[in-house]
Amino acid sequence: MTNFEQIQKTISENDIVLYMKGTKDFPQCGFSAMVVKILKNIGVDFVDINVLATPEIRQGIKDFSDWPTIPQLYIKGEFVGGCDIVKEMSQSGELQQFLEEKKCLPSK
Amino acid sequence: MPIAKEKLEKILTEKFPQARIKVIDLAGDNDHYSVAISDKIFSGKTRIEQHKMVNEALKEILGDTLHAMQLKTSSND
Repeated sequence: MTNFEQIQKTISENDIVLYMKGTKDFPQCGFSAMVVKILKNIGVDFVDINVLATPEIRQGIKDFSDWPTIPQLYIKGEFVGGCDIVKEMSQSGELQQFLEEKKCLPSK
Repeated sequence: MPIAKEKLEKILTEKFPQARIKVIDLAGDNDHYSVAISDKIFSGKTRIEQHKMVNEALKEILGDTLHAMQLKTSSND
């Protein structure tokens, strides 16, 4: 499987995927930690992919999205953004709304 | 390798001549910037598309003389 196929498979099989540095329990970068915190505060579960453990995915995900930085958040197979965008969207409530539209919010 | 705030502003103004641009040197070290750009050419584009336009405009310095940038974009409407 190529890197792109691997990424495509991961983001299509999982509702919410965060490509990050470190893991959700032990982020190794402030920007990754910020996105983890936002997702945890909203209360959604997500799959974390540690790019530091997989160098080929670290470059592959940047090529895949044509986006130069990590972290990268994918919801239902769609690239949503990195730290700045996710932060802005969570502050405005758009992220929660988007998750609801995509039926990714936990049932109350 | 840092970049002067005035130089960063000049590049952005040249690439986005009609935009309102705000550049803040976050750490006072010419190395960590916050950039806000409001431009009607962003209208109808997703944030990702907007950010990609800015990254493209800065590609010669991004990751080189421009070490870190927080970016916020919006359309004027």
